[in-house]
Amino acid sequence: MNAAEFDNELDMVYKEMILDLYRNPLNKKSLSDFDFMHREFNPTCGDDIQIAIKFNEHGTVADVGHMGTGCAISQAGVSLLTDAIKNKSKEQIKQMSKDDVLELLQIPISHTRLKCALLGWSVLQSLT
Amino acid sequence: MNIKNIKNQFSIFTNHPDVVYLDNAASTQTPDAVLDAMNIYYTNYRANIHRGLYSFSDLATQTYEKARDSIAKFIGADSQEIVFTGGVTHGLNMLAAGLGKYLKPGDNVVLTEMEHHANIIPWQEASKIYGFELRFIPVVDFKLDMDVADQLIDERTKIVSFTAISNAIGTINPVHEIITLAKKIDAITVVDYAQAITSYNLDVRKLNCDFLVFSGHKMCGPTGIGVLYGKKERLEALDPFMYGGGMIREVSLAGASWADAPAKFEGGTPNISGAIGLGAAIDFLTGLGMEQIKEHRAGLAAYLVQELSKVVNIIGNVDEAKRSGVVSFAVGDVHAHDVADILNSNNVAIRAGHHCAMPLMKKLGISGTARASIGIYNSKEDVNRLVQGIGKVKEIFKI
Repeated sequence: MNAAEFDNELDMVYKEMILDLYRNPLNKKSLSDFDFMHREFNPTCGDDIQIAIKFNEHGTVADVGHMGTGCAISQAGVSLLTDAIKNKSKEQIKQMSKDDVLELLQIPISHTRLKCALLGWSVLQSLT
Repeated sequence: MNIKNIKNQFSIFTNHPDVVYLDNAASTQTPDAVLDAMNIYYTNYRANIHRGLYSFSDLATQTYEKARDSIAKFIGADSQEIVFTGGVTHGLNMLAAGLGKYLKPGDNVVLTEMEHHANIIPWQEASKIYGFELRFIPVVDFKLDMDVADQLIDERTKIVSFTAISNAIGTINPVHEIITLAKKIDAITVVDYAQAITSYNLDVRKLNCDFLVFSGHKMCGPTGIGVLYGKKERLEALDPFMYGGGMIREVSLAGASWADAPAKFEGGTPNISGAIGLGAAIDFLTGLGMEQIKEHRAGLAAYLVQELSKVVNIIGNVDEAKRSGVVSFAVGDVHAHDVADILNSNNVAIRAGHHCAMPLMKKLGISGTARASIGIYNSKEDVNRLVQGIGKVKEIFKI
């Protein structure tokens, strides 16, 4: 790749939306009252994400929050994911595939960044 | 030192001329001379060692033992004080298991807060089994607090195990001072020399440590081979870690007796080509001249720190005398992973993460860092490319 191609690729990944979500993540908060809480981390790079969910009497997500530290892609990923699961039921959340989550980000995810993009999703895999 | 001449001796740089490799603290590149030596073993005298009476085996044994002799000479030891291992992690596990079993509740082992996991976890596990206490010399201002060290190392301290240079923040530790403190109460000293092996002319007699470990792949040797140095009497007293063929004197169904060191610790078929490769790596380095290598590394480390300080926050000492060319840094609020990824797109290879030093990261209040570390084939141009790449990071994250 030449310099121009590098720049294009970087621009595609680090779009405005990703940078904005990194600096101003959605749903970044801890819940004092929750039905589900789980933490996963990526020890190779130091991404660490915890998601807490409170369900309402209909069994759908009433409130969701995430805490932790991570790179731009993991923070953008968990922000968009936590937004996407609002008002969903447990079953609907469990049906979300890796591809569904990657689509939320709307950017090309290289092999080395897959774990970052899917860290939030891997936390939700512990939902029973 | 003519860097271009050095780079020419590594095919990987011919194959990838645009790559700036700055992750030498993780692993170093392997020169053709080392690959050739290993290849010649495989294509000309491939055999097991110490066992056969035919020519291949004899030559393999001789070359393997010659590598041991070269290593001994390189560090100022006798050949029988050199044990081939799989690397530093293997060596430290051998020591924690072998020395730990003679400790009891009330005894303590002193480590430091900046140790690599390989010099923490084996001791933790041994302390669970044998009941001794673990103490950690604290890190203050990226340096070891030697006043506290003096208090921690007391009459019940049996072992002091510490790193010469931090792989995470590049701090050079006061090795002689620590060994002196340990000697006052006759504690056994273990030095993790993984990051220091190409930075200094090591003389284990002058250092006067009991044990010392380093890995081949951090000194232009192949992966999967390392060295445990131990003073003769210490190795005689140490129990084997791995039992099997080649480390015995006699075996019956009822039991076995051990060979002398170093054979006692080299059970099973070793990494023969690795040892031969390591011998070739030592020839390669001494051929370049250790004084020249030292000077080049020191000069480039200073340039790296100088140039990086202008554009990033260095996580570590900036005092030249107290630090090496392993430099951790942060680019504003950008996560280290993003820094490394963007630099990779610019063909600059650095490391991001906790560098297997989670306790240190916790002490520093961070989850990880971006880390650049120099090797013998790096140049000022490489540092400049790193700085350019950091400029790109800042541009993308609007810093």
